[in-house]
Amino acid sequence: MALLEVSGVSKNFSGLRAVQEVSFAVPEGVIFAVIGPNGAGKTTLFNMIAGVFPPNEGTITFAGERIDGHAPDEVCRRGIGRTFQLVRPFPALTVEENVIVGALLHRQHVEAARQRAHEVLRQLDLFDKRAQRASALTLPDRKRLEVARALATDPKLLLLDEVMAGLRPTETDRMVDIFRTLNRETGLTILLIEHVMRAVMALASRVLVLHHGAAIAEGKPEAVVREPAVVQSYLGAEAI
Amino acid sequence: MKALALEVPSRRALILLALAFVAVLVAPFFVNDYLLTILIVIFYFAYTAQAWNIMMGFAGQLSLGHALYVGLGAYTTAALYVHFGVAPWVGLPLAIAISALTGAFIGFLAFRFSIAGVYFAILTIAFAEFARIGFDHFNWVGGSAGFFLPVANYTSNDLWTLRGRPIMFYYVMLVFTLAALVLCHLLLKSRIGYFWQAIREDEEAARALGIDTFRYKMIAVVLSAGMTSIAGVFFAFYYNNLFPEQVFHISRSIELILAPIIGGIGTLFGPIIGAFLLTGLAESIFELMSAFGWTPPGAKQVFYGLCLLVVVLLLPEGVWPPLARKLGLDKPSSDKPEA
Repeated sequence: MALLEVSGVSKNFSGLRAVQEVSFAVPEGVIFAVIGPNGAGKTTLFNMIAGVFPPNEGTITFAGERIDGHAPDEVCRRGIGRTFQLVRPFPALTVEENVIVGALLHRQHVEAARQRAHEVLRQLDLFDKRAQRASALTLPDRKRLEVARALATDPKLLLLDEVMAGLRPTETDRMVDIFRTLNRETGLTILLIEHVMRAVMALASRVLVLHHGAAIAEGKPEAVVREPAVVQSYLGAEAI
Repeated sequence: MKALALEVPSRRALILLALAFVAVLVAPFFVNDYLLTILIVIFYFAYTAQAWNIMMGFAGQLSLGHALYVGLGAYTTAALYVHFGVAPWVGLPLAIAISALTGAFIGFLAFRFSIAGVYFAILTIAFAEFARIGFDHFNWVGGSAGFFLPVANYTSNDLWTLRGRPIMFYYVMLVFTLAALVLCHLLLKSRIGYFWQAIREDEEAARALGIDTFRYKMIAVVLSAGMTSIAGVFFAFYYNNLFPEQVFHISRSIELILAPIIGGIGTLFGPIIGAFLLTGLAESIFELMSAFGWTPPGAKQVFYGLCLLVVVLLLPEGVWPPLARKLGLDKPSSDKPEA
């Protein structure tokens, strides 16, 4: 059974059908990408999984239990960590304190949480910056802090919302490297919504393509990017 | 708004803290009666500031109606004492419970129905106003004519019934203030302190990290309301008279929050420093002016306004954070000790 199963999910925003009858399954231990042009419904889909709002139709199942309609904190407690497309660190807290907040979800004591925070900060190359205030970080560092905080909650599934957006190619490669290592070494399942094809091709073992709210293709990344419907709707001139 | 968590207090901080502690402990023996009453008022404001700061400074929920909890604490214990002869310390648990429940009700209404920010602040004002008007017509405790505790010329201090001379009230308020300081220090270092600060900084991000924000905001309101009501007990037994128009008035609520704003919202020592600065300066200037025979009405309010203006413009963090850095008490964030 897949770790995350989305079946027949739709979402309407007063007449606008942002997501229509999308189904897919993310098996445990894989890196799964959702791609699509702007306005394809990627973030809407992401928000339904993260519990920001419930779908109008369909079900979302995580580890065998329905999670659609649950609140964001409840979804996180069940083992889904998320990042925000526009990063939202706790600005006045230090990098370490930001991550401790995440680590305290499943730990009662601040010292235990600090240990976990240090582990995560090392994995994300932020350990040396742990005493800085989050507000003082550069964008690439903030993006990694966002990931660190989510990881500190010990998720089984990590949801990444355009975590590469705004990064330079070298920074993107560094992020790709971090996720690969995490996935290989801890078996973490990752669902990423991504615009940066360079990252998708390097990371994902499966890709789902959304267009106008509907899934138009799914499969291995190399195969998906050659499908005519995908080339036409999304990759366009870039691929030709 | 970062809390100055003194995780590993430096030697200098410990020495300063010890000196300050000794100073406030022996102060009553070195000051005259007038100065003693000023010190009592300072600690009253320092304590209420600390209690308010849990809600606003730690958890980010702005209350502009904290006079409500002072008043509920004051009226509850005063009524029990006057009508049934119940000692204030016996009435105190009931006073705390009533205030905490009222806080819980306001918190529930607001957080359940997503009333946040300024709307939440307005809601807190509204409930303080309900109480003001309600108590105006509550004749069992005197209504608008006021409620009075029996006053006599006390020669001895009876701590049990809180009947006595100012020096007793000084130590009562000092103990409360120090206890609140220790409690806030422990809270800020604990799991709940981290969760509160996360909610204060970004509630949506806090929820995404699995924090049950409703629950932790409720705890902050209930704790803050309960603590504030203890100050009400002091208020009733120290001043011996309660008028709804004064106790629950919005100007009382505003008065309570000036010290933490000026001292530094969200810090541990800001509320205390703020209370000393504000009340101390206001009283000295007032004294000076009356020495010259000039006592214009509303001078204190104008002075408070000026203080706020200066702090907001020049020291947006409040007085304490820059002062702590000057004194070398706040370790620069770049050289925290290795873990």
